[in-house]
Parts: sequence; structure tokens; C-alpha cells
Amino acid sequence: MLKKVPNGEIRVLSATGVLGSGFLESSFENGLKRDPHFIASDAGSTDPGPAPLGSGKPSFPARAIKRDLRLMVLGAQRAGIPLIIGSCGTAGGEPHLQSVYTILQEIAVEEGLSFPAALIHAEQDKAYLKAKLRDGKIRALHPAPEFDENTIERSERIVGMMGAEPILAAIEGGAQVVLAGRSSDTAIFAGLPTSFGFPEGLSWHAAKILECGAAAATFRKNPDCIMASISHDSFVIEPLDPELRCTPQSIAAHSLYENTDPYLIIESSGTIDLRDAQYEAVDDRSVRVRGSAFRHADTYTVKLEGAELVGYQSLVLGSVRDPFIIRQIDDWLRRLDEKVRGRIKELYGNTVSDNAITLNVHVYGKNGTMGDLEPIKDATPHEICLLFLVTAPTQDIASAIASVTRHQALHLPIPEWSGLITGIACPFSPAYLDRGPVYRFNVNHVVEVDDPLEMFNIEHVQVN
Amino acid sequence: MTKLADLASLIRSKNAGPFSLTIDIMFDNPETYKRVKDSGKISAKTVAGIYGLSENNVQFFFVDNALAVKASIPRPATQGDLGDADSHGGQQYAPLMEIDI
Repeated sequence: MLKKVPNGEIRVLSATGVLGSGFLESSFENGLKRDPHFIASDAGSTDPGPAPLGSGKPSFPARAIKRDLRLMVLGAQRAGIPLIIGSCGTAGGEPHLQSVYTILQEIAVEEGLSFPAALIHAEQDKAYLKAKLRDGKIRALHPAPEFDENTIERSERIVGMMGAEPILAAIEGGAQVVLAGRSSDTAIFAGLPTSFGFPEGLSWHAAKILECGAAAATFRKNPDCIMASISHDSFVIEPLDPELRCTPQSIAAHSLYENTDPYLIIESSGTIDLRDAQYEAVDDRSVRVRGSAFRHADTYTVKLEGAELVGYQSLVLGSVRDPFIIRQIDDWLRRLDEKVRGRIKELYGNTVSDNAITLNVHVYGKNGTMGDLEPIKDATPHEICLLFLVTAPTQDIASAIASVTRHQALHLPIPEWSGLITGIACPFSPAYLDRGPVYRFNVNHVVEVDDPLEMFNIEHVQVN
Repeated sequence: MTKLADLASLIRSKNAGPFSLTIDIMFDNPETYKRVKDSGKISAKTVAGIYGLSENNVQFFFVDNALAVKASIPRPATQGDLGDADSHGGQQYAPLMEIDI
């Protein structure tokens, strides 16, 4: 529980938008001077793509996580307040949680600290998910990929995104530092304020702004800290670097960021409703917010995130300057695909099925960035860049086919020239690069649970 | 006529989770925002036309208190999947810059 019981307002220090992205020590100290009741920082996201979840590796370097976590742990211990880290190690699965726990233990040893902590496990047991699926308790969000027992079986890992309840339970169980697996970014900030009776709408809305650190400032020069003071009729949000400013518009606009709907934001236990929120300047740096609401869900749900192995990838990068090739590039790529397919057949016969190998080509200069969404259909650039991506069941096959692709592309004939041409410019030797395993997100679903804690095992530990 | 890019303070796109893309068009004063909103030149229909989508696949909002226009669409490929060239969804807004207001 909190050592300091909030009286009239609860002050929340958000150390940074992502653990490992950094913050100014001076801003953090400014936050501590304002006597916060707890410190929290989100550490994860799906923003880096499916690789962290699939591979088990965080997307920030251990050294960067340690730098940030050391300052947060020292600050929280000095102030005698809890520290909550959400979505440890980017994806919040078991290897991610363990990697941050290892760093926490190193910090404790190096700094001579001893404190009770809790690890909240978010990686899901496959048998549990299959049973939930059979009971009709897993339903799709929109848009969602197909999802069945085979999807669960194929997944490298599936995590549940915890709400506020497991985090609150860990603190009530005595943890001074909570390392949570995958968690709702907002839940790590909203749980404590609501548990002390502060209005849910204000607490969740403040959490939504806090979770990105100083991102809601008008001009965020670098990742940094931000603070919210939540009272019973409003909350005030203030950046902690004196050079940063929040304005009513910058705070209102933050609800747009990475949400499909700017007014309604869905959480496990309900929906943050910002339709009646009002924003007013307190001074030229901080903003008071009123009128935010929270509507309880009829059924408590936990969102799932999963990743499966797609295969192993190699790539070839090359450019084309010849206008004859550029003007027929679509047909050129179709013919290249046929040639490569032919070679695959010659090399592997029936031992590798035709659809087990994928050749994707991004044509930069034409529609490389937008693909099918590109509205300019008739671009005539004077040069284009081709990124050939080969995905195959093993790295050996991917490397082999990438190498074949280079050779086929290099000398693919066009009708305008007779004799052997060299039709692409390659910047590397060897021309292909191996990318290793690649993953895809394969779940956009929620689980209906009887108890908000049922998917999240809380492990209490003494760190020293 | 003025291009939307010359009126907005920021036009950006980003993932809203791995399966959706969202576009924010922001203004730094209420007059410009109102001019764009009242022009009728940007709507769910405009966005659907530019991206070659059906209108019912576009969520569209005028956000008065943020002086912003927002549209959300399904991602053509799931983030990071084969064929996806923009893992963060960060460069999908560019065609909107050309809208004449």
C-alpha cells in the first residue's frame, strides 16, 4: 500500500513514455520535489512490430533500460513510494519480464538496495486459451485475423494485456517495485488513484496522457517526465522540464495519438469517454481538465496479443536507372517471379512446396511506401529502388533464393536491348543480407474472464 | 485555393495497434480549422476516395477542442507482415497534403 495516503489530491509522476527511451534527470528531480504518491513508466508497445513479441527480445538496449530504471528505483526508494513498470521488455512476455527483472537485481546489488517487488506474469498458457476458445469466451475485435486452436498452437507466444487490478493487487501485497508483463499503458497509472476514490473518468484520462511521458507537450524536444495531480473535480497536467509547455490544445490533441477514436478509448474494465472533457490553461505551462467520464463494461475482457513465426528472410537491395526497364517494371517483376519460381523448382524439386517461399518486392520511387494505398498510379521516376524480400522455411533456403534472385534480376532480358544486360545496381557484396526469423501478429481478440486476476500470476520476491 | 499542407500545423499518420491506421490533421488556430471544416473538402468520402477504400471502412471525426480532423482506416497489411512496407504507419498521410481547400 501507499506509505503516503493522498489527501485531497493524488500526484502521479510518469518518468518517461517508454522505459529505455530516456528522460532528463533534472525533470525527474523536479517531479520528486512535488512529493508524488507513486512513480510509473510504461515499457512496452506493439509499435516496434511483431519481432519483440515473437523473438522474446526487448526493442531497447539493456544499457538504456538500466540507465532509466536505476534513476526510477533510486528515486522511488528515496521517496518511499511505489514504482510501477508496465509491459516490461517491450512485449511483456516471460523472457521480456525476466530480462527486466535481471536488470532490477543488478541495480539492487550495485546500489546496495533491498526491497520487496512483484513480477506479474502475462504470458498465457496455451491449454488455458484453448479451453477459453472452446467455451466461446474469446471473441474477435475488428479487424481480426482468423483465430483457432491451430493459431494458438503455432504462436511463439501470446500475452494478455492486464488491466489495473493485478497491479493494484501486487501493491496491496506489499510490493515496492512492480514489474508487470504486458499491461494496458493507462492501467499502470489509473489503478491507484481510483482505488483511493478519485473519480474514474479523471483518473483514466490523466493516465492516458501520462502514459506517453512528455509527448503531450507542445514541442517535446526529447523523451521526458510529466506529472498529473488528480483531485475530486479535475486534474492538472504539467511537464517537469521548465522549458516544456502543455496547452489546452496539446492536451486535447493527445487523445488523437495512436487511437482510432479520439473520444472513446476502450480498456479491460470499461471505456474512457472524453466527449465532455474540458481543457483550460492554469498558466502558460499546465492545463486543468474536467468532465472526463468512464463507463464500466458489461463484461470484463482481456486483450490478447500473439506472434507466430512466418519463416526466415533474406533480402537483396538494388536500383534501376534504365528508363526502358522502369517503364515496364510491373511486367519485369512478373517475369522475374516466374524465373525465380523456375529455379526453385530446379533446385528443390518437390522437397519445398511452391507456396512455402514468398518473394515480395517493394518498388521505391513508384509505390514502395504505400503499396496498394498509393493514389499516384502513373509515376515516371528517373530511377527506382527495388527491395527484394525472400521468405522461406529455413534461413539456408532464404539465403539461396535471395542469391538466385540477385542473379536472375541482374540479367533479366528486356525486348528493347539485345545481348546480355545488367539491369540492376547492387550496393553490397555479397548482394544479399540475411534477416533471420520473421514474425507476424496473429491475434486481435479479447478473452472474457470471470476475474480480472485470473490470467495474471503475481509473484512476490525480495530483491537485494 | 490552398493546399491542406499549407494550412495544417501537422498532418501525420500512425498505427493505432497492428491492425489499424490513423491519420491526424492538426491546426494551430481556430480560424484555419473552421475554414477547413466548413469547406466540406475533407470528409470520410474524400479520405475513402484518396485511399481507394469504401466509405464504411473510414472512421472520420472533427475534434473541435483539439482543432483537429481525424480519420482511421484498416491497415492494408497487418503491421510487420509480408508486404507491409511501413511498420509504424508513419508515411501514409502524404497524399492528403495535396487536398485543395
